[in-house]
Amino acid sequence: MATYYHRAIQDIKDNGFLSATTIITIALSILIVSAFALFFTNANDIMNYWGKGVRIMAYLKPDTSQKNFPDIKREIQGIYGVQDVNFISKEEAFKRLKEQMKRQSSILMNLNENPLPDAFEIRMTASSQGGEKVEEIATKIESLPSIEDVEYGQKWLERFTNIFDLFRLAGYAMGGIFFMAAVFIVANTIRLVIYTRREEIEIMRLVGASEKFIKSPFYIEGIIQGTLGGIIGIAALFITFKLISSSVEHSFKYELLNIRFLSPEFYCGIILCSMFVGWLGCYISLKQFLKA
Amino acid sequence: MIGGKDKSSIIQMFHVHKHYGSKKALIDITLNVSKNDFLFISGPSGAGKSTLLKLLYLGEPVSEGQVLVDGMNLSRISRKRIPPLRRKFGIIFQDYKLISTKTVFDNVALVLEASGKKKKFIEKKVKSVLRTVGIEQRINALPPSLSGGEQQRVAVARAVVGSPKIILADEPTGSLDSDSADIILNLLKGFHTHGGTVIVATHDKELIRKSGERILYLKQGRLLGPTPI
Repeated sequence: MATYYHRAIQDIKDNGFLSATTIITIALSILIVSAFALFFTNANDIMNYWGKGVRIMAYLKPDTSQKNFPDIKREIQGIYGVQDVNFISKEEAFKRLKEQMKRQSSILMNLNENPLPDAFEIRMTASSQGGEKVEEIATKIESLPSIEDVEYGQKWLERFTNIFDLFRLAGYAMGGIFFMAAVFIVANTIRLVIYTRREEIEIMRLVGASEKFIKSPFYIEGIIQGTLGGIIGIAALFITFKLISSSVEHSFKYELLNIRFLSPEFYCGIILCSMFVGWLGCYISLKQFLKA
Repeated sequence: MIGGKDKSSIIQMFHVHKHYGSKKALIDITLNVSKNDFLFISGPSGAGKSTLLKLLYLGEPVSEGQVLVDGMNLSRISRKRIPPLRRKFGIIFQDYKLISTKTVFDNVALVLEASGKKKKFIEKKVKSVLRTVGIEQRINALPPSLSGGEQQRVAVARAVVGSPKIILADEPTGSLDSDSADIILNLLKGFHTHGGTVIVATHDKELIRKSGERILYLKQGRLLGPTPI
């Protein structure tokens, strides 16, 4: 094994330019794929965070009698997953609206009467803050006879989820493309190394060297290139992340959200994947060009 | 010995034919080589001498017929068993086939590394063999810096270092001067004296005359038997 390892290192040194090209290509592929993974990890955190802040607004029908309000509140509170329910009268809602629209107050001045309905503001328990669970609670509330309409920021969340899914899909596609590109480049490098060493390989065969003896150094070479490419790619991403994360965190500081780097398990997985790329490129090349 | 059967046979060929497309390189060769034989295969260029040697170590497959080497039937041999077959041979080529980027030591050591020998053993054995062929002082030299005679001595060292049963030499003195050719011949005789089998393909009549060993003559792919030089 030490002989194979020694020969693989020697090959990398002898074909310095080719090896460097391969390592850089793998590093760039890993960098791009991991950058996508980093984006998704943090975007997912943000989505979850925003999801947790979702409240349901249940608007009452205009003809609902005030004396029924406590019963309706009780009914809503009885729904599984509801934590607390606040009544917001239409006067209170109008007051809030005026505060929010200070600059456009002239629009509201011209109104003869308050157009806003009475409403309940509903918060969910921690375990019921997922998208589907909120939707389920909202449907139950909407089915109550006194409720005219229900709103819970679902549409923009759905829209964002759709864009997020689109990005995820693009990420998978790019990951696949970069994986294939890296495999192709490794395969080509090994092919060129085999070509430059074809005479040596022929001599090895003539003196009775086994296929394992001939091929093992190439596999080790591919795996070394893959590992180095993976480590360099992850290191480059980490440095870039450190450089830009402080400014990004500043934008989110009011949201108490921390931007985080990939987990150790994840980047170890990426480096393993990168080693696999090196091995696979080598396998393809050897299969094509080193037929006994 | 042609067509005979001997208990101590190490190589047997039965009605072997080799053709490349429509060109017939070897026609109906039946041959028996005993252990510790020293055999010359002679004939003009293109007679099929190199092809015959190639069939023995499966450098080329046989088109028809059977070849047995040390009990291995080459027509039934699996790919995995080709390296062990080749380790039975030490092969010497006219163009030496040394790896130009490796030192003399590394070229010779390759055979032992390929058979999985330990580093210490390899170092000891390679130095000993290089001493025997008289090239130990060039141990760290690269082949292109050596003369033809020196390169062929390295090739002989590589051929014998793995203690093979048979040496196949394809025009081993083809590009050497008379003195260098004598050295190579003496090295081959030394291997033979120690119990090895040697087959030399050559059209060098002087070499055959000096050796006094048995000769088989090939002409246009046919084995004609012993012939006077």
